[in-house]
Amino acid sequence: MIISIASGKGGTGKTTVATNMAVSLGGDVQLLDCDVEEPNAYLFIHPVINEVKTITTPVPEVDMEKCNLCGKCGEICQFKAIVVIGKTVLPFPEMCHSCGGCMEVCPEKAITETGRELGVIERGRRNGLEFVHGKLRVGEAMSPPLIRKVREYARPDMLTIIDAPPGTSCPVIASMKGADFVLLVTEPTPFGLNDLKLAVGAVNILGIPCGLVINRSDMGDDKVKIYAEKENLPILMEIPFDRKIAEAYSRGEMIVEVMPEWKEKFLKLYHQIEEISFHKNH
Amino acid sequence: MKELVVISGKGGTGKTSLLAAFASLAKGKALCDADVDAADLHLIMDPRVEERHDFESGHEAVIIRDMCTQCGLCRELCRWNAINEDFIVDPIVCEGCGVCHYFCPEKAIEFPLKTCGEWYLSETRFGPMAHARLGIAEENSGKLVSLIRKEGKKLAEKKNLDLLLTDGPPGIGCPVIASLGGATATLIVAEPTVSGKHDMERVAELAAFFKVPAMVCVNKFDLNPDMGQAIEAFARERNVAVMGRIPFDPVFTKAMVQGKTIFEFDDHSEGSRAVKDIWEKIVTAQLNRL
Repeated sequence: MIISIASGKGGTGKTTVATNMAVSLGGDVQLLDCDVEEPNAYLFIHPVINEVKTITTPVPEVDMEKCNLCGKCGEICQFKAIVVIGKTVLPFPEMCHSCGGCMEVCPEKAITETGRELGVIERGRRNGLEFVHGKLRVGEAMSPPLIRKVREYARPDMLTIIDAPPGTSCPVIASMKGADFVLLVTEPTPFGLNDLKLAVGAVNILGIPCGLVINRSDMGDDKVKIYAEKENLPILMEIPFDRKIAEAYSRGEMIVEVMPEWKEKFLKLYHQIEEISFHKNH
Repeated sequence: MKELVVISGKGGTGKTSLLAAFASLAKGKALCDADVDAADLHLIMDPRVEERHDFESGHEAVIIRDMCTQCGLCRELCRWNAINEDFIVDPIVCEGCGVCHYFCPEKAIEFPLKTCGEWYLSETRFGPMAHARLGIAEENSGKLVSLIRKEGKKLAEKKNLDLLLTDGPPGIGCPVIASLGGATATLIVAEPTVSGKHDMERVAELAAFFKVPAMVCVNKFDLNPDMGQAIEAFARERNVAVMGRIPFDPVFTKAMVQGKTIFEFDDHSEGSRAVKDIWEKIVTAQLNRL
């Protein structure tokens, strides 16, 4: 089973929920941090990293000996990543989406592919928990291809928990697509609600069952709850604001480490998710 | 004209609340919400939309069933596996590269332009505002960010305003890169947590990479003063100007719930006083010199 933890708004507590749930469950669990722009889960999990891999995406390289300047590569490219200027062909690797169109269309077979570095994937363990995350190279614009590479580590025989990035556009879709359940972490504020509605819209487009965790549940107003009821979204957990939790977080400590009684609550959260997805599938 | 872009790396550190507060204080400015895939500034600014435009960007492949002979070439060429066994393109997976459209021997694949969102020019109680909404699950957020900043600048110029305050997105990827290019300066709103520090460092590196002068302020400073100081020390080392500290103050949430800036909600709160000092420093020590 794959559970993707998303939010719309940033800073609502995705990583808190993902790490605490993963650690509470203990063994046979994978945590994939797909927030590759700002991966934070490892700051709480402290995994022992035993594999580091540089990830690249294919971009064109032109052999000017073979090129006859026909311009077909520039014509097919939708991303302005390769252009013929005067007597030369200029690839702009940073703009390239790696579709392979230019290579395919070139009648002289003058284009081959080389790699543009997207970032790294690091893999490690914390006791029974398997940990994988991607770290986007600073300056690299495209996170979805790296996110998809992180997701290739998902193992069907295990529970996979995905920590998704904020927002509702392509990186979030790449982190939710194909999940069995999406857990949306929100906060009861106007910003939280506005972005929650967008996130629910994205989950609905993908047709995945979802539920809510309301973080800092006593800090704003009751509009998130009213919305959840209206939309029939189950509220699976509420985490009240507690300065002790916030301070522990600031030091890189998980809730279950400073308040072990929360372990039961995170286990219960998981079992509720298991039950909901079981009913949806049978 | 000058443009200050507020970013953070980590989400939820207080970018939008802070930008709204600056809007209360700044004179002669226009506003721009460049966090197009989770825009929130309008919830405080309550804009009166005066112009509405479609955002058209990118294309998507559509297979015309009657013309398709199911030869399979498109499925072979598509690097995203966006075309299923029944020769239907999944619009969410389609990257819009057009390779299938180009090579289809039957010319059975159309490649129409997509409408991926909307953008608006509005009036608010703090001045004009350019903002946008990317369609849910859409692509091209970077292009929409570039567009809305350009429109924000045009709007400010038209109204003879010489400052654009831009609310940026979280992260360090394509929309953030698009929100930094050509900006006068950027303010990084950090929070004193291990993740806040980690993310601030990455986004500061990004600003340096694109040669945009950066400043930092630490929100909720008292949550972990040691971490707050560590962020400031890192900033000084990297030539990121330290603008000040904002205490953890529930006034930010309370003001947001009422759709107000912190100054409209409580002018004398601790948070309000800190933000006022920071804004003065940004103007006198940074913006006026750049």
